[in-house]
Amino acid sequence: MTITDKRETPEVPLTAHSSSLANSSFTWLSTFAASLILVLLAAVATFLIVEAWPALTDGGAILAEKVSWIKPDVGESLIQVMGYLVFGTILISAIALLIAAPLSIGIALFISHYAPRKLASGLGYLIDLLAAIPSVVYGLWGAIVLVPVLQPFYAWLGAHFGWIPLFAPDPLTGVVSPTGRVALSAGIVLAIMIIPIITAVTREVFLQTPKLHEEAALAMGATRWEMIRMAVFPFGRSGMIGATMLGLGRALGETMAVYMILSVGLSYSFNIVQSGEHNTIASYIAGQFPEANSYGVSALIAMGLALFLITLLVNSLARWIVSRRSEFSGAN
Amino acid sequence: MKIATRTGVIATATVLTLALAACTASNEEPAATSTPPATPAASDAPATSAAMSLSGELNGAGASTQQVAMEAWRAKFQNANPDLTINYDPVGSGGGRTQFLDGSVGWAGSDAALGEDEYVTAQTRCGVDGAINLPVYVSPIAVAFNLDGIDSLNLDAATIAMIFDGKITNWSDPAIAADNDGVTLPDAAITIVHRSDESGTTKNFTDYLQKASDGAWPYDASGDWANDLGESGQGTSGVVQIITSTTGTIGYADESQVSDLGVVSVKVGDAFTAPSAEGAAIALEASTPAGTNGPNDLAFDLDRTTTAAGAYPVMLSSYVIVCQKYDDAAVAANVTSFLEYVASPEGQTAGAAAAGSAPISAELSAKIVSILQGIATASGV
Repeated sequence: MTITDKRETPEVPLTAHSSSLANSSFTWLSTFAASLILVLLAAVATFLIVEAWPALTDGGAILAEKVSWIKPDVGESLIQVMGYLVFGTILISAIALLIAAPLSIGIALFISHYAPRKLASGLGYLIDLLAAIPSVVYGLWGAIVLVPVLQPFYAWLGAHFGWIPLFAPDPLTGVVSPTGRVALSAGIVLAIMIIPIITAVTREVFLQTPKLHEEAALAMGATRWEMIRMAVFPFGRSGMIGATMLGLGRALGETMAVYMILSVGLSYSFNIVQSGEHNTIASYIAGQFPEANSYGVSALIAMGLALFLITLLVNSLARWIVSRRSEFSGAN
Repeated sequence: MKIATRTGVIATATVLTLALAACTASNEEPAATSTPPATPAASDAPATSAAMSLSGELNGAGASTQQVAMEAWRAKFQNANPDLTINYDPVGSGGGRTQFLDGSVGWAGSDAALGEDEYVTAQTRCGVDGAINLPVYVSPIAVAFNLDGIDSLNLDAATIAMIFDGKITNWSDPAIAADNDGVTLPDAAITIVHRSDESGTTKNFTDYLQKASDGAWPYDASGDWANDLGESGQGTSGVVQIITSTTGTIGYADESQVSDLGVVSVKVGDAFTAPSAEGAAIALEASTPAGTNGPNDLAFDLDRTTTAAGAYPVMLSSYVIVCQKYDDAAVAANVTSFLEYVASPEGQTAGAAAAGSAPISAELSAKIVSILQGIATASGV
């Protein structure tokens, strides 16, 4: 009894404050901001569904007649085009992720555990700067500077590793794309774009590793790499996955860079050094929208809906993995 | 207390969402069916006041092909009429026609003439006389290539079609060499370059290939590139950038944009014609009228197989689409005076200087101007 009394006595003035105008208005403001997110998300979803509805329900024949790029007779109905684009989107994002994830984790580890403190903060700052470059600049730089530099490398890949389907040269001309405007280029530029976000998040996670764990590992005679493997990685695993998924989310939705770098086409080809094979949903929408009539816009918004669903799926998957992993991460 | 507030917020959020949904859903219905009649009713009132001096705001929308020329026309015309503000939104041909038909803009720019059902919709927007197409922008499309030391090649339509369909894959192919005596063609792979976005340039180029190549181009004319071959760039500038940076490439782009590249002279009759504004104008003259809405409708079925001397049939003609009669005299005055300037020889020269387009002939220009004057009279200006 006396104990509860002691606990509650100091709280009385606090609860009295909570009725003040500032407190309640702040409560309202933050609740409003939080519910605004729900409203926005619902509004976007509603917009996508309502606008895509005519394209999804009107039937292929009407669409094929009204929209020039829907050609069911050559295997390019709305659903089929969507299939190609979903494939291209995922393929290019996967390339970007395969390149960016190891690099980012390496950079983050270097900053958090290897680099001298001065260098680490400078490097961290530079990485954050990379995130501030607009994607259209990445696109221009990629198309004009990077792609011509990469092309000889692709030619070498095609000549020496052409037996791997990924790098096979064009059967028609016997060479890989002479311009280098291919899925691999788009993937590489996307990788550069998502490195900052993955690095920033994983760096923060690695820095959170309890000093006690690290010192315990070192005290047992572990080398620095063994310490990282034993203490840092288990602790940061869910953070690494979360960061990678954030990066994937950005790669999936990226428009301008892909739009400017890739020579587009529709196919289920895994050949990533040949042009005219892939396109992504976002870049396709950007390319077709300016000349689209109302049916075309509706069909394009249906594609946007597909992209929305994919990103939703990726994010939920990431959440699920993170929540599952956190039980084993050693963070607790 | 707290729980109650929270439920309240969630309830508000849900209601808002539902309201939004209902809102968009209910907007959708009339947009498809009954928007056009609403606009004339709204603009009935000022129709009585004869606003002869040009003022206010004039909105147009449509093809991005006309944009560069339109900028020049707009600037010059606004200089002469400082009280008038002209806006042109380059939303694309289809978007322009839609906006024109639902009454949100005064005129549309379009690479394609009105379609059959669009003529019908136009009667709701403009009255029984409907809408007409007037060609004010004609531009040659160059087939451009990048080969060291070669500035010009002679090709016929079938050869061009086979190149762009991947049937001819090497520059030293006999089909290319046959028309180019004395040119040393390299033994190099041909890389074709096309547009990645839907465009009027692609549509007109493939229309030429389809009609002039005797079946060598197996696809229909379309604003989207038909096959999965080669490289693609975004917009005219994207295509030109790829051709410029890579040897062995061939592509197509507005003639005004390809100055540093080699260009193909196409076979017309027995001669080869290099792309030029004059050649495009001659080809337009040789084309058959295809307007279906009376004598004032100047849509053309472009003659890609013309043999007229000096004609260059690989070209794009872009229209302005206007009502035969406007309900609002002020709008009519603005639209007709501006477009009269656009179609006039001065306007055409200004457009050609800015965009490298082909000035239409004096005869056609005079015809369009008189049609526009007729519209102004009919609308009570």
